[in-house]
Amino acid sequence: MPGSPEQQVIVTVNTVSKAYQRGNQTVPVLEGISFEIARGEFLALMGPSGSGKSTLLNLIAGIDTVDSGSIIVDGVDIATLDESDLARWRAAHVGFIFQFYNLIPVLTAYENVELPLLLTSLSRRERRAHVEAALDVVSLSDRQEHYPSQLSGGQQQRVAIARAIVTDPTILVADEPTGDLDRVSAGEILGLMSRLNLEQGKTIIMVTHDPRAAEKAHIVRHLEKGLLTDVSP
Amino acid sequence: MFLLKLLSRNAFRHPLRTLLTIFGITVAILAFGLLQTVVSAWYAGANASSSTRLISRNAISLIFSLPIAYQERIRHIEGVSAVSYANWFGGVYITEKNFFPNFAIEPKSYLALYPEFVLAPEEKRAFLLDRKGCVVGKKLAERLGWKIGDIIPLKGTIYPGTWEFVLRGIYTGAEKSTDESQFFFQWEYLNESLKKTVARRANQIGVYVIGLKKPQSAAEVSLAVDSAFRNSLAETLTETEKAFQLIFISMTEAIVVAIRIVSFVVIIIIMVVVANTMAMTARERIGEYAIFKAMGFQAHHIAGMVFGESLFITTAGGCLGILLTFPVAGKFGEVMGNFFPVFQVDPLTLQMDLAFCLVVGIVAGIFPTWRAVRIKVADGLRRVG
Repeated sequence: MPGSPEQQVIVTVNTVSKAYQRGNQTVPVLEGISFEIARGEFLALMGPSGSGKSTLLNLIAGIDTVDSGSIIVDGVDIATLDESDLARWRAAHVGFIFQFYNLIPVLTAYENVELPLLLTSLSRRERRAHVEAALDVVSLSDRQEHYPSQLSGGQQQRVAIARAIVTDPTILVADEPTGDLDRVSAGEILGLMSRLNLEQGKTIIMVTHDPRAAEKAHIVRHLEKGLLTDVSP
Repeated sequence: MFLLKLLSRNAFRHPLRTLLTIFGITVAILAFGLLQTVVSAWYAGANASSSTRLISRNAISLIFSLPIAYQERIRHIEGVSAVSYANWFGGVYITEKNFFPNFAIEPKSYLALYPEFVLAPEEKRAFLLDRKGCVVGKKLAERLGWKIGDIIPLKGTIYPGTWEFVLRGIYTGAEKSTDESQFFFQWEYLNESLKKTVARRANQIGVYVIGLKKPQSAAEVSLAVDSAFRNSLAETLTETEKAFQLIFISMTEAIVVAIRIVSFVVIIIIMVVVANTMAMTARERIGEYAIFKAMGFQAHHIAGMVFGESLFITTAGGCLGILLTFPVAGKFGEVMGNFFPVFQVDPLTLQMDLAFCLVVGIVAGIFPTWRAVRIKVADGLRRVG
């Protein structure tokens, strides 16, 4: 993690609160959360179900909005962006890895990885180079023309990772990336994420229930009832 | 290109559902096309009428005749280029199922006024020379298997008895809209027979066909003709050929309106079916739309996907429907040739077919698009898995 401490901070979560409305009831999910994430960090967010960790991840990824407070990612206060700007920002700065891979079933592995690049000004040839490089990183170059249904769960998650990294985003957010995988596949995916973090310096924010997954992270933050409780190691 | 690939693959994600929907649209467009063609066929006579011809009939009713003596007076009216006349004969060939329009005409002047009935010179000569001769349209001859020289007996319904004619010519239409199912014979043959049998019905004609020097003078000439015979025993009512044809259509106006309404109802029904398909599709894919949005795709991209798929389905069904309209209309025209001598798919019908495909596709996509666009990414993602 090179550079000065100021340069290292890539995400600043500042007294963020979020509540959901259930009927007439307001259910607080996050209450005044503040912390920072350094560039190149691999952060795991842990906590029991309903603790607000996925909500926090969604807020950082710009797919949900804060009620109060601010989230600054790479110098941009994303709470101030309107929907269109936020969509453009996500396309450029966030790579998503979901628990259920969320690949588009009618598209091949190649086409799924190519999807985020369609929002860029890259030519077809340039897109091809990027997609092939991303699939190479996840060791799935030989599965380009396979549809998700023709791939195992682990392979599908690797395609999802390739899709997440193909635009070279500022941060990678992963919501239970091993939650739907067997132990061996989960190990492969975590190994891959570690490699991306160590070798390519990707900043990763991962929500997980799995302590083995959390072990791969540099920092583990625990949430409980909408509050940060402790940090380890 | 990518979008097209995505649309087509998405459309066939549930092949049976999509194929059934496409089939439904095909049937709807086919039904609409046929019904509209029936309406066009209804108006074919009026549409094929010439602006240079007037029809003069008895002012009381079409069933009353006019004296043949009017011909010369009409001929001398300013703006008239030619005059001919015709009687509706109402003959039946073997059985009433073989219905076709048959007229007693003054052949020389009538054929001159109707250049759209194209007759070979030798056939025309043979017809003019033979008082018992007749000419028929090509479609009619084909339908009833007649050849030149055949003796054709018609049973008179208005003029009793069995009348025999010798087929001297088979005309073809100069235009697609020309009626090729008519039967013409010499008025003289009818008149001479009537003189012998029912003398009081002789020297009477059903309508005068008046040729105009200039189409613009139709109103003045009509007025002049009717003025010439005002206060006579048989006053005339003169109007353009188109207006004359429309009288017959107006008698069946309710049927035409009903057909028109049914054709539009068919389109509305299919619109509901496609809207239902698209609503189901969008509901199933809400999670995917959320994934697209998470990746940075915006409302217009999502709208493009939903509308695109909807239009893809309706266009596929519509194109199939349009393609099928031609052979089906052809077959329909053959079977219903007795009633619809001119049964052709109007280009306007095809344009309406295409327009309806677009409208159905767009309308069917509105609600699903609205839902897909409004879904919050976080909410949509919760539905995946």
